[in-house]
Amino acid sequence: MKVVLKNIEKRGYKGNIDSYLKEGGYNAFKKALKMKPDQILFEIKKSKLVGRGGAAFPTELKWEFAKKCKEYPKYVVCNADEGEPGTFKDRIILENDPHLVLEAMIICGFTVGAEEGFIYIRGEYFKAYEILKRAIEEAERNNFLGKNILGSNFSFKITLFRGAGSYVCGEETALLDSLEGKKGQSRVKPPFPTFVGFKNKPTVLNNVETFANIPEIILKGGDWFSQIGSPLSCGTKLYCLSGDVNRPGVYELPANITLKELIEKCGQGVRGKLKAILPGGVSSNLLTDKELNITLDYPSVQKAGSMLGSGAVIIINDSRCIVDLAKRCAEFFDYESCGKCAPCREGTKRTREIFANITQGQGNLSDILLLKELQEVMYDTSRCGLGQAALNAVRSIIEKFPGEFKEHISKKKCKLKICPM
Amino acid sequence: MINLTIDGQKVRVPKETTIFEAAKKMNIDIPHLCYHEDLSIYGACRICVVEIDRRPRLEPSCATVVEEGMVVRTNTARIRRARKMIVELLLANHPEDCFTCERSQTCELGKLAYDLGVRELRFKKARKYHYEPDTTSPAIIRDPNKCIQCSRCIRVCSEIQSVGAIEFVNRGGRTQVLTFFNKGLNNVECTTCGQCILACPTGALRERTVVDEAWEVISNPKKFVVVQTAPAVRAAIGEEFGMPPGSLVTSKMVTALRRLGFDRVFDTQFGADLTIMEEAHELIERIKNKGTLPMVTSCSPGWIKYIEHFFPECLEYLSTCKSPQQMFGPIAKTYYAQKAGIKPQDMCVVSIMPCVAKKFEAQRPEMKASGVQDVDVVLTTREAARMIKEAGIDFVNLPNEDFDKPLGISSGAGVIFGATGGVMEAALRTAYEIVTGRTLPRIEFEEVRGMQGIKNAEINLNGLSLKVAIAHGLSNAKVLLEEVQKGKSPYHFIEIMACPGGCLGGGGQPMPTNLEIRKARAKSLYQEDKNKPIRKSHQNPAIITLYKEFLGKPLSEKAHKLLHTSYTKRNRY
Repeated sequence: MKVVLKNIEKRGYKGNIDSYLKEGGYNAFKKALKMKPDQILFEIKKSKLVGRGGAAFPTELKWEFAKKCKEYPKYVVCNADEGEPGTFKDRIILENDPHLVLEAMIICGFTVGAEEGFIYIRGEYFKAYEILKRAIEEAERNNFLGKNILGSNFSFKITLFRGAGSYVCGEETALLDSLEGKKGQSRVKPPFPTFVGFKNKPTVLNNVETFANIPEIILKGGDWFSQIGSPLSCGTKLYCLSGDVNRPGVYELPANITLKELIEKCGQGVRGKLKAILPGGVSSNLLTDKELNITLDYPSVQKAGSMLGSGAVIIINDSRCIVDLAKRCAEFFDYESCGKCAPCREGTKRTREIFANITQGQGNLSDILLLKELQEVMYDTSRCGLGQAALNAVRSIIEKFPGEFKEHISKKKCKLKICPM
Repeated sequence: MINLTIDGQKVRVPKETTIFEAAKKMNIDIPHLCYHEDLSIYGACRICVVEIDRRPRLEPSCATVVEEGMVVRTNTARIRRARKMIVELLLANHPEDCFTCERSQTCELGKLAYDLGVRELRFKKARKYHYEPDTTSPAIIRDPNKCIQCSRCIRVCSEIQSVGAIEFVNRGGRTQVLTFFNKGLNNVECTTCGQCILACPTGALRERTVVDEAWEVISNPKKFVVVQTAPAVRAAIGEEFGMPPGSLVTSKMVTALRRLGFDRVFDTQFGADLTIMEEAHELIERIKNKGTLPMVTSCSPGWIKYIEHFFPECLEYLSTCKSPQQMFGPIAKTYYAQKAGIKPQDMCVVSIMPCVAKKFEAQRPEMKASGVQDVDVVLTTREAARMIKEAGIDFVNLPNEDFDKPLGISSGAGVIFGATGGVMEAALRTAYEIVTGRTLPRIEFEEVRGMQGIKNAEINLNGLSLKVAIAHGLSNAKVLLEEVQKGKSPYHFIEIMACPGGCLGGGGQPMPTNLEIRKARAKSLYQEDKNKPIRKSHQNPAIITLYKEFLGKPLSEKAHKLLHTSYTKRNRY
């Protein structure tokens, strides 16, 4: 069952407007134009679609809140700043089926009463940027974008905006600040962007994959969509399978698949012996082979003590040093912390330092306790998701691989000879 | 109204109140660093976090608005641990030179570490970044190594002062507060007002101290050292010795300065009276001769630098009068030096100011009317207090002494220069009597007093309805100047002070300085005015003698040479 990749996986599909129209593209929008905004919202509500960026917030609620706001103008923003290590699903959509996202944004604009949309695209996505630019021009030529679209009194335009290489700008409020030309740093929440967003106006901010589900929901109905997957997690999910698997890639599957099935059926098994899994990129808690039977939906992964996030499933085999992995995670967050709030700015810096010491044979057993406390405080007090989740992987590594950790510290030894002891 | 529970106590507060404010009402001062009552909410230090029922994480009380039925705890083990950890993290990246730090007695980070019981630094091998301090400014020194990125300096500079000379640069742990392209404070639009120093919780911002220079001239037997003290100093310096805000300590201050070894203790208020004589006459001239109006006061050097940077096309509106400090300097080195038989080059003028911009002002190239630099050493209130402490003087229990004559004689009009609206009131007292030839029926102009950002009034001067306005804080000044710029200003005369509250809220004043403290200082200045036998500048006998013996009359050629100045157009960066 394909919802998002239905066109992409068709042989000979080019992703330009002609191919898209041939596959029934923009029919969802034409249908939506004849519907009342409340009917559209009702379909999305029935679909039980939740945000695919990681937070799994009900999409219908975001749209409804923004629609109810009496402030104008309103904005639609597509978060295409895909930056979580191990995530590459949005790129596949943007490069291969850009009109799917444009159509969804137009429907969103029509529903909530916005006339302007932005796609905030990751700075490094050069190819996707060019493709989207062309797609927007095509849509404008065909009057799916512009003034009085298809003879209606609805007008909508979409502007592409490139990020400048900051992970934290994937966080919605930092993204909005960056979009406004400011330094990308998270805002105080509440108020949430649906009420006070871009230029302090009501703004619907959805992930690329979330948007990509919308046209099918409009065409086939919310009930149809909610039948896919499990009642806990409706629809399909794009999984980015990477690391030590035989066939890495992006896989669209109903969200009732287990981790084991994903690895074995799609990934054709682990390369080497499985050691650990990061189910939602480096912000998620590590899972081990004991947890292979969990279902890959948001609530189930959460119940297992981790998070699905954007669906970046990273497989780690036994040739990898787990302390080295933790060090790399720590380096990533130190580099990407925006520096606004004290616990994240200083905490990521110190974590990186502690791991540099441990991997050079200068660790101290007290570091373990300190890291645990630091993780709890950073989770508790950091301003945005980056700092709150920065030490998740580190913490779970300490808990699930205590032996390897203590060996590095007490015996000053890296069995796999990866750390520069 | 919203009902909520904080630490088990029920409380009712208006909508939109933050948890921090609600707690304050219940006498809970939640520990904080980036929160500042005068500034917007930044919510980044995370020290003020609290526990809220049904919220998974701790929330910053400064940035969280109360909700009906909310249950909040401000002091639990989880909160205490988090606060302690954050302070530890900040300290891990902080120079360990507290003993020799300018702010060792007033450091908010240090106080927090003490209050929260941080007695051990667990991040032992922490590597600190090292940055070069910005020493380009004659008034302010910035040491990025002590910066904890609370953004209070940035916010005060942009929100209160509309200047925006500093901003965050770079990301994460490499974040720094910098000037445009790191050109240094002296090479950008910094007005040197020093409000950033008052806002800074640590020693990252401080005045360029000249205490050593002051000691050197005092101990040099060849130098005849006179000291002048600005009005706002006497209403604040007591705070440095543990006295309550607003303690009026004029006579103790005089005694202390004399004991420090100054040869003469004079009063900048004499300079203020002189400023009023010149300024009031300049205003009357401009009105009579249809000169450039509105006329805008020029006593505040931070304000002068602001207008030079931001409204360079409006410099003609400024009064050409020098500030009281810079009027006092050349008069001391010419008139008084002649009287006392001292060569100007053997005399040294030290001033004690509530201001850091005065350090910049004294060094302006045009401030050499006496043939040598008119004012040699400019100390802030804080630096003067430190000298008194260094000398071991028991300030609080000092006997009272009077200023030396004649440059220590001043009127009540000179006293109120230290408060916003004071220059206006002083000028009105004199202008009214010059123009009408009648005695003022009521000496107090209540309408120009108080802490409102922009004040205005209309005064009847012999049929002319004189429209005046007063602004303090450069954001407010900007509002009035934009009207001037557009040619739409309805006023004849505008008083502007760079700092909130006027000089009494200056960047060189004791810490902390906040609205309540500013009000207390203002109150004591107005009290001192009331106590003065002479309350109008033109009735100051020393001023009358000065004109008779030396200057001739206001706006005379000699007065122009010594007491008036010109301004410089400056770029933004």
